[in-house]
Amino acid sequence: MSMGELILWGLVKFVCIVLGWVMLVATVLTLMERKQSAAMQNRVGPNRALIFGKKFPLSAFLGQILADALKVLFKEDYEPVNGNKWLHRIAPALGLIPAMLMWLVIPFGPGPPPGVEGHHWFQMADLNVGIIFIFAIASMSVYGATIGAWASNSAFSLLGGLRTAAQMISYEVTLGLSLVGIFMIYGSVQLNDIIWAQGDMAWGIVTQPLAFVLFMVAAVAETKRAPFDLPEAESELAAGYFTEYSSMRFAVFSLGEFIGIVAVAAIAACVFLGGWQIPWVETPLLADGTVDYGWLTVAQVAIFLVKMVFIIWLQMQIRWTLPRFRYDQLMKLGWVYLLPLAIFNLVITALVMYVLR
Amino acid sequence: MLEQILFWLLAGGAILTAAMVVLPPVGRNPLYGALSLILSFFFISGLYVLLVAHVMAVLQVLVYAGAIMVLFIFVIMLLNLSDKELGQSRKTTAQFIGVLAVSAIAVKAIMVVSSATGSKALMAADAGFGTVDGLADLLFRQFLFPFELVSILLLVAVIGAVVLAKRRLT
Amino acid sequence: MDPNYAPYVPVVIIGILVVGLAAVILLANRFLGPRRTTREKAIPYESGVDPVSTPRQRFSVKFYMTAMLFLIFDLEVVFIYPWAARYSEFLRDNAFAPIAFWGMMFFVTILSLGLLYEWKRGAMDWE
Repeated sequence: MSMGELILWGLVKFVCIVLGWVMLVATVLTLMERKQSAAMQNRVGPNRALIFGKKFPLSAFLGQILADALKVLFKEDYEPVNGNKWLHRIAPALGLIPAMLMWLVIPFGPGPPPGVEGHHWFQMADLNVGIIFIFAIASMSVYGATIGAWASNSAFSLLGGLRTAAQMISYEVTLGLSLVGIFMIYGSVQLNDIIWAQGDMAWGIVTQPLAFVLFMVAAVAETKRAPFDLPEAESELAAGYFTEYSSMRFAVFSLGEFIGIVAVAAIAACVFLGGWQIPWVETPLLADGTVDYGWLTVAQVAIFLVKMVFIIWLQMQIRWTLPRFRYDQLMKLGWVYLLPLAIFNLVITALVMYVLR
Repeated sequence: MLEQILFWLLAGGAILTAAMVVLPPVGRNPLYGALSLILSFFFISGLYVLLVAHVMAVLQVLVYAGAIMVLFIFVIMLLNLSDKELGQSRKTTAQFIGVLAVSAIAVKAIMVVSSATGSKALMAADAGFGTVDGLADLLFRQFLFPFELVSILLLVAVIGAVVLAKRRLT
Repeated sequence: MDPNYAPYVPVVIIGILVVGLAAVILLANRFLGPRRTTREKAIPYESGVDPVSTPRQRFSVKFYMTAMLFLIFDLEVVFIYPWAARYSEFLRDNAFAPIAFWGMMFFVTILSLGLLYEWKRGAMDWE
């Protein structure tokens, strides 16, 4: 591909994937989260914001999302006087940017088989470092909350920021180590190769059940949600690291958080649930040409989205079911239980593969 | 041609952001300085991409910008040095020695670069160079012993970190 | 375009666009929203009580140690990635398979020793 084509496709994919899909899902999620919590607590949830007071299907949904977006846009852009102005301004962006960049290497649909040269139409950047790129970008997301908290010059914020940083770095090691077993079994760090390999072998959740649990726990801790929501524990720290944030700056923080949730779901769907592989439909069956390629691709993208929504639902369910940890429990869980378990998982996987070779 | 433009852009960016870590407008606030250093690591990561060292480029971000700089920012945030405490040690002989050392390294670097031009230019990389698989082959087939030594080095680092922090605590 | 660099073109483009997007939505609020700062608003929120001291005080060395240990273990994990991705390939080579397996077992044992030491010395107790 020439430079011009690369730039063009980069733009098209940005509009389709980042704006049209990632931002959309994250926005809808801000409402779905409240709706699901309402359902779990036997409430109705937000249902008053109608467009021009008219009732039509989904009117409360659309109305609420629009109302939220307009509200944060027209609220006062508050800046703390004694805090650090510039850091306070850029901190929300530091939270949002890594969450969005993680999507660069996540494949939404079928790509070329491993070893075959070709353009991957459903992935923004086909990097050969694959999932390590996601880890690298994810490690950047510590800064948004930490810097924002420090710049606010408020005690609640600073404590929240410190907790955020300590918690995120503690679980990052487990997050990275939990997927090592997957790399070993499927023999690659590229998501596309891993998904293709899951068509031939079993899905990741079957071959690496412990890794799935470890990954989900670490990922929930990374997205700072209950039971790991100590950075924003409302009973102790008001709103934690974004106590001094209002209007769009607050919204950008929470948008970043929701995009992170969707990203976690997408990665888990790719690595543990076979990505765009349709269950019980064998890859060789698809290759002989009896199935229409266009509709097959649509089905594969759709099945990927279904898997993703399932993991999002799972995360929401965890968030609204479990109570919050105490801080020492959180640190102990990360370092004393999860990390050794991740190492154990690595050793067992290596041993089984060595014996069965 | 494009490569050369990219190289100068990335190298210039890396040097500029690295200089900003210590130079007045940005470097006065240690936290700004640390953020500037993170930017510098991103530029260096871009240089690794130009060298077709894909894994190194990502690890540069993962380890330096994502782990080491977290430690730096932690220390800056935890110590919370006030402007008064910072201001005193500013204009000292340490600064003078620093400038001297940097210029000595710069002169040496210019000498090395100018003498090397044209001798080993444009070595083609092997297939698989810079990828995860290429790195694994190199690390485990050729440099297995140093790799094992690294684990012991890191064990020493763990013990060192715990001993240092524990001594302060008790 | 050199295939070595081609995948990084979208990374740069989308990186710039994402930064731009974040800047635009933050700036839009700046122009659309009102700005009326009063003394009460400017005080950091402490549940209605005026702050008595600056929050920027020195914190427990525990946080610093957590960051140190994270750095070290992150490095160890980074060394494991290439091996993990290549492991199934190493196992096909019958002569090399034991070296690949035991080499990593040694590495992981040393890593676990570090973790065990850290745990036994109480580095992970936050009471």
